[in-house]
Amino acid sequence: MSSHELQSGPMEYRTEHGQSSILGFWIFLGAEIVLFSTLFATYAVLFGRTADSPAPAELFELETVLIMTFLLLTSSFTCGIAVHEMRHGSVKGLATWLIITLILGLGFLGFEIYEFFHYAHEGATLQASAFWSSFFTLAGTHGLHVTVGIGWAILLLIQLAQRGLTTVTSRKFFIISLYWHFLDVVWIFIFTSVYLIGMVV
Amino acid sequence: MTEQRKRIPVQHLVGFVLSIALTLLAAWAALGSGLPTLWIIIAILTLAVIQAGIQLFMFMHMVEFKSQNGHVPWNMMLHGFVLAAILVAGSLFTMSFGFSHDHDEEDHNQHEQQEQQEQHGGH
Repeated sequence: MSSHELQSGPMEYRTEHGQSSILGFWIFLGAEIVLFSTLFATYAVLFGRTADSPAPAELFELETVLIMTFLLLTSSFTCGIAVHEMRHGSVKGLATWLIITLILGLGFLGFEIYEFFHYAHEGATLQASAFWSSFFTLAGTHGLHVTVGIGWAILLLIQLAQRGLTTVTSRKFFIISLYWHFLDVVWIFIFTSVYLIGMVV
Repeated sequence: MTEQRKRIPVQHLVGFVLSIALTLLAAWAALGSGLPTLWIIIAILTLAVIQAGIQLFMFMHMVEFKSQNGHVPWNMMLHGFVLAAILVAGSLFTMSFGFSHDHDEEDHNQHEQQEQQEQHGGH
C-alpha cells in the first residue's frame, strides 16, 4: 500500500489514512462487543433478583418493544442505503437517507424514554433492585450510544454541507454507518435476551 | 458486480426483510408457540445470532470485493466474540449454575456454613 490516492474503488478506502481509520474503527467495535458482553453477563447473573420491585414479565410490553425493534431495524436499513447513495456520489441521496435514519433513531429514543418513565412510575427504578439496576445499565448504555450516534451524525451532516464528498468526509460517513449497524446488532441481543426471555421466564 | 444505478441494493433489501421476518418469528416463538422454556431460549438466541450475522455480512460490508473485504481485522473481531461468549457463559456458570432461590433443601448446608463462619469469627 502506497500513500498516494487510488483512483478507483469506494472513496473512503482510497487513501491509506482512510483504510487505517476504518480498520481502527473495527478494533473499537471489537472492544464495544466486550463492553456490552460484561453488561449482558451482569444482567444474566442478576436475572430474577427483583426483591420487592415488580417482575419484568409484569412490565415488559411486546407491542412497545416490537415498535422499537422495527424502528431500529429500519434505520439500519436506511443507513445502508445512505452509504449506497454516497458510493454513487450523490450528496443529496446521502443526506436524505441519513436524515430519515436519524428520525427513526429519534423515534426509538422517544419510545425508550417513555418506557423508562413508565417503569419508574410502576416502581422499577435504577435503585429498586439488583435486577432493575442491571436492566437500566444495559438498556441505558445502548440508549446512550444511540444518542451519541445521533449527535455525531448531525455534526457530520453539517460538515457535508460545508465540504461536500471528499475522501475524508466519505470515510467519516462510512464509519458512522458501521457504528449505526453495530447498535442494531447490540439491540437484537437486548430484544432477545432481555425482553423476550424476560416475558417468557 | 451489480448494476450501477440501482436505487436500493438487493442485498440490503433481502437483509432488511429477513431481519423483520426473524424478529417476528422470535416473538412468535417466545410468546405464541407454547414450546418448553428451555427450547424457546435456545431457539430465540439462535435467531438472534443469525440476525446479527445478517447485519454484519449484508449491511456492514464485511465481505465486499471492491473494498478488499472492508479491511476487517478478523482475528480481533473473533477475539471480541470469543471474549463476549466466555464472559457471559462463564459468569452464568460460576454465579448462577445450580443455584436455587429455594433455600429449604440447602437448610442443613447453610447451618453448617453458619457454624463454620461463627467459629472463624474470632479471628
